[in-house]
Amino acid sequence: MTIGLGHYLAVAAVLFTMGILGIFLNRKNVIVILMCVELMLLAVNINLVAFSVFQGNIVGQIFAMLVLTVAAAEAAIGLAILVVYFRNRGTIAVEDINAMKG
Amino acid sequence: MILQALAFYVFAAITVASAAMVVVSRNPVYSVLFLILAFFNAAGLFLLIGAEFIAMILVIVYVGAVAVLFLFVVMMLDINLTELREGFLAYFPVGALIGAVLFAELLLGVGIIGSGSTTIAGLDMHGAQVMAVDNTRAIGRVLYTQYFYLFQVAGLVLLVAMIGAIVLTLRSRPGVRRQRAGDQINRTKEQAMTVVKVPTRGGV
Repeated sequence: MTIGLGHYLAVAAVLFTMGILGIFLNRKNVIVILMCVELMLLAVNINLVAFSVFQGNIVGQIFAMLVLTVAAAEAAIGLAILVVYFRNRGTIAVEDINAMKG
Repeated sequence: MILQALAFYVFAAITVASAAMVVVSRNPVYSVLFLILAFFNAAGLFLLIGAEFIAMILVIVYVGAVAVLFLFVVMMLDINLTELREGFLAYFPVGALIGAVLFAELLLGVGIIGSGSTTIAGLDMHGAQVMAVDNTRAIGRVLYTQYFYLFQVAGLVLLVAMIGAIVLTLRSRPGVRRQRAGDQINRTKEQAMTVVKVPTRGGV
């Protein structure tokens, strides 16, 4: 019954897959897509911390903190862009965001 | 040991379940609340393996800042929920297929690592002695010496994100009457009042 590295990696894999699935399912709502990106970054953090602890190397936790920093910055910028977009267009549906015809 | 395993399964199950609720929930407000629950239980998972500092940072940064930011934006934007849910099932087959393939690949990777037949090349084990002290002290010892520049760059990233968010959302609307403190302070006694000599029985 001991909890090993594999258990943590499995939880992280499930979380990451759920994030991917959420991006595919919520094709209309940008907010939920941003939340799914946060879930995927959480899965990455779980991987980093689990490897760090089970290999006795603290550097993984430092990188987890840096991932956390970037995730917070990404959420702030993403939501700011979302607010500006909603102010200009009145919608946040992903399919309507095609002004650049990319 | 059995208690630790039980706690792990409880935290892991709630994390995964609330992640699923984030994806399938109809209301974005519920999605944010389940996201908070997922982060809280992930912090519990980190506590179980002795990464207390990351766990506390996760609670403070995600639950305290990011999730509240999401909640604020969700409630500020006046969005039509029923319209946003259209086409949910249309994307389900391809999304489930891609998710299943990805999950199988990840499990394959975990299985290969777990079988022990391969070693991670160039693995640096010199940090193994730092686990003797407690977690926060160990992180501090490495973060402020070896990774100091990285730490500074992280601060710079946050600064740029803050300035960027302010610049993006700031708007100057015409016709807004604001208090002008400079004008108020520069007003002199001569401008503010005049002495009027009132004649007797004449009125002003």
